[in-house]
Amino acid sequence: MNNGKKYQQDLLEGILSADENISLMEVCGTHTMAIAKSGLRQILPPHIKLLSGPGCPVCVTSQGDIDAIIELVQNEDIILVTFGDMMRVPGTRSSLQEERSQGSDVRVAYSPLDALRIARENPQKEVIFLGIGFETTTPAVGLTVQQAREEGVKNFSVFSVHKMVPPALELIFSDPEIQVDGLICPGHVSAVIGVEPYEILAQKYNRPCVITGFETLDILEGIYMLIKQKQKRQARAEIQYRRVVKPEGNPVAREVIARFFEAVPARWRGLGVIPDSGLKLRDEYADLDARKKFNITEMEEVPIKGCACGEVLMGKIMPAECPLFGRGCTPLQPVGPCMVSHEGSCAAYYRFTPAKGRS
Amino acid sequence: MCLGVPGKIIDLKENYMAVVDVNGNQTEISIRLTPEAELGQYVLIHAGFAMEVVDETIALETMQYLEEMLQYE
Ligand code: SF4
Repeated sequence: MNNGKKYQQDLLEGILSADENISLMEVCGTHTMAIAKSGLRQILPPHIKLLSGPGCPVCVTSQGDIDAIIELVQNEDIILVTFGDMMRVPGTRSSLQEERSQGSDVRVAYSPLDALRIARENPQKEVIFLGIGFETTTPAVGLTVQQAREEGVKNFSVFSVHKMVPPALELIFSDPEIQVDGLICPGHVSAVIGVEPYEILAQKYNRPCVITGFETLDILEGIYMLIKQKQKRQARAEIQYRRVVKPEGNPVAREVIARFFEAVPARWRGLGVIPDSGLKLRDEYADLDARKKFNITEMEEVPIKGCACGEVLMGKIMPAECPLFGRGCTPLQPVGPCMVSHEGSCAAYYRFTPAKGRS
Repeated sequence: MCLGVPGKIIDLKENYMAVVDVNGNQTEISIRLTPEAELGQYVLIHAGFAMEVVDETIALETMQYLEEMLQYE
């Protein structure tokens, strides 16, 4: 047998030989996707449980923020630029996609720099970039703000719903209702924040954390490392995804976040308001802050009827336990954001679970 | 959403811009977050920016494993 296959087999055997109950949570939407696709959940015995957490930035955006954004695009002087995942997310009354079909100017971009270019090309319009994402994405938005300031682009602003991952993980570890023995930590968020935030969590809550890559082999190795720590009664933060994540993270990117943003309380869908978990532009950049420029007050939070996204995001229930899963709610007719976003738990489970296993 | 794709730097330009090759497609990205990135290195790209320089020795090891597994299947 060749090395790769043998290594994978060894890892799987190591994992299967664990006889203690263990539940591990992945907290990155890309992991949710990769794990669903790999079929790992079906291979693992019932005492090794893999839960999905609040790792999809689209899914955790509060209903109030989504409604505020949808209201903004009804202004015909505004062009809203956003990442593709946001388009179909349901607000209380409609989605960005529906608004676009009604004539609103909503555009999808790959980089915040594209939004800045659109602002330059449309000086008579106000261009708002919807800044969504965790620590991976925020530095790119910070540097775009810097460039807008340097070039003196006046018709550009950012609507920040950026969030930070560690405060949400702390909430999960400290909730007695959530049984999580260890965390499969996000690879690309960690490329920015490094290993330290997890070291603090691992020590404080006495549970292991492993920063993991996205290939099936990476995920197997990550799970194996977590199980080994649990068997040895250890609780450390380790890096499996060493080809990308350095222990110190990316200090340049962290400095950019700190220079342009400050921590504020933020509302997460399903998790409520978490102190110091959101990022707003600093007052020096108020002219580039869409919330200030367009006087946006916080909208009331109107939960979507029947949708259990909140509990899914906390790992309290599996998607199939939501009464609407696969019945009223499918990727074609999504009710909640967890079924819309590519990386949402409900969408990932739906797509990769054979029809008979869905209920 | 935090997806990153690896790309190889094939040209360095002014103002911390670089041309990268991602699976045969060339795009321009900013390397302001990884100012140490050099010509020929692989970087992880997200939202038009290089997030991190990929450690090639470790990456090659993993890639080799993955490749061997694919061949075996
Ligand atoms: S299945 Fe649909 S309604 Fe149920 S939690 Fe998931 S997204 Fe919400």
